[in-house]
Amino acid sequence: MTQADLYTLLPLIVLVIWACALLLVDLLIPRGRKGITAFLAALGLALTLGLTLAQVSAAGTAFQGMVVLDGFARFVNALLALTGLLGVGLAYGYVRRMGIERGEYYTLLLFSVAGMMLMAQAADLIVVFLALELLSIPLYILAAFARPKETSEEAGLKYFLLGAFATGFVVYGIALTFGATGTTSLSGIIAAASNGDAGLLLTIGAALILVGFGFKVAVVPFHMWTPDVYQGAPSAVTAFMAAGAKIAGFAALLRVFGLAFSSLSADLTAILWTLSALTMIVGNILAIAQTNIKRLLAYSSIAHAGYILMAFVPFGNAEVLPVSVAAGVFYLVAYTLTNFGAWAVVIALEKAEGRGLDLDDYAGLGRKYPALAAAMTVFMLSLTGVPPTLGLVGKFYLFRAVIAGGFYGLAVIGVLTSLISAYYYLRVVVIMYMREGEPERVSEPWLNLTWAASALAVVLISLVPAPLFAWASQAVFALF
Amino acid sequence: MVPVTYYVALSAVLFVIGVLGVLLRRNALIIFMSVELMLNSANLVFVAFARLFEGLAGQVFVFFVMTVAAAEVAVGLALIVAIFRSKRSVDVDQMSSLKG
Repeated sequence: MTQADLYTLLPLIVLVIWACALLLVDLLIPRGRKGITAFLAALGLALTLGLTLAQVSAAGTAFQGMVVLDGFARFVNALLALTGLLGVGLAYGYVRRMGIERGEYYTLLLFSVAGMMLMAQAADLIVVFLALELLSIPLYILAAFARPKETSEEAGLKYFLLGAFATGFVVYGIALTFGATGTTSLSGIIAAASNGDAGLLLTIGAALILVGFGFKVAVVPFHMWTPDVYQGAPSAVTAFMAAGAKIAGFAALLRVFGLAFSSLSADLTAILWTLSALTMIVGNILAIAQTNIKRLLAYSSIAHAGYILMAFVPFGNAEVLPVSVAAGVFYLVAYTLTNFGAWAVVIALEKAEGRGLDLDDYAGLGRKYPALAAAMTVFMLSLTGVPPTLGLVGKFYLFRAVIAGGFYGLAVIGVLTSLISAYYYLRVVVIMYMREGEPERVSEPWLNLTWAASALAVVLISLVPAPLFAWASQAVFALF
Repeated sequence: MVPVTYYVALSAVLFVIGVLGVLLRRNALIIFMSVELMLNSANLVFVAFARLFEGLAGQVFVFFVMTVAAAEVAVGLALIVAIFRSKRSVDVDQMSSLKG
């Protein structure tokens, strides 16, 4: 282990040590003052974010080619640290209000972020597998964190069983890939696959890995767990899970499929096309019937997994893929900000015992709390893809890239499903402004900051998206 | 030496039994055991190919899989115990408080 190795993983190492130390420090913090743990966790994430942004020099692999530091990893890691910060901000008041304030919450969140960051830096299938588990296992516990509440326990168990099932697919896929190529390192797989001595075993392995990741990022037909888990888990956990697990999952998809398996594009492009189209259609259509805001956002997150998956459909086309992946990464940023904002509004209106989560509970919000309603309107418009929001810009870049790849049908499906989605997103807006009601909101400083800052960012960045897109492109282009 | 295809075929059978177990059985513990079977079928592939390639990488991977499986067991059994305490059952068909 050299200094260069340590430098490559520095933010991650600091984060993991911080999380371990926090577990001990938390013992000394009295029961009623777990807010201190939250602040310490946020401090650790801020430190990680700073270190990530400071890692400007040297791109390359470390630990005998196990992990890699490049522009893409830095971009995604920065986004993940931000996700963690927003996750802590949302949880701070929420867990106290719901009576589930325990210090372990923040430690688990930190470990999960560490797993996600490792995923973005993985250069070997062993590391992909370890990172996947490091990010998932804390999330299983977090989903069941409101125990003995029945819905939360159920969410935790369902997430665990389906997550472990998905892991089984990933591991078996990795095993077959290892058998086909004789190596687990991504660069080794590229070399072996380009020699043409891989064959059927590699294709089956890649397909199984795709199934496993399909479960993790909630792609139709592997999405069944999503609505139940998103509804049953504490809202602050759901917000974090929806954004963080997606970012990490797609980062891994890019590393594994975009780079290592690019020689399999003839076999897999059609499959990815179908998965993406199905996810957009099914997610958006099932969302129409929902009356619970958490389930609605769950189906919306499935639909958005489909949009992001679009970015990988041109894989194997070396000219279009960088552009489309850059668009996908940009879309992830847009989705993260919008997602956290929308969940912050949900948390602001949620009451104990799972009340305040029906769409009808949003009636009258526009008159009583104009700022909160305006923020929610921004998030709904952004999820639909209506100007002036980041969601529109993200979809524009995505559809443009997909069309450049020659997948006109997919772009048409994307546009049509966005139109369908307008129905249920705008219904929320209509209920907020057109119906009479007496909603009660909770006002907590960090929560208010989250939705207000997200709303501002969603609107302002959409006005000048070029710098962010340039940054994302620069991060992605270095990979190819 | 037994050809590697035999091992791969056996592991495929084990993997399919595991997948079917997850899809067909309704007891959370049995589902969990089926998942473990899936992981172990992958371990068999790793060890078989590690011997074929005469390298250690595959065998090392098996240790990682076993360690992670142990971590999963710890969390999974805790979740199953927690839900058994409140429901007095580990039947996944009875977990239906979330719907829509």
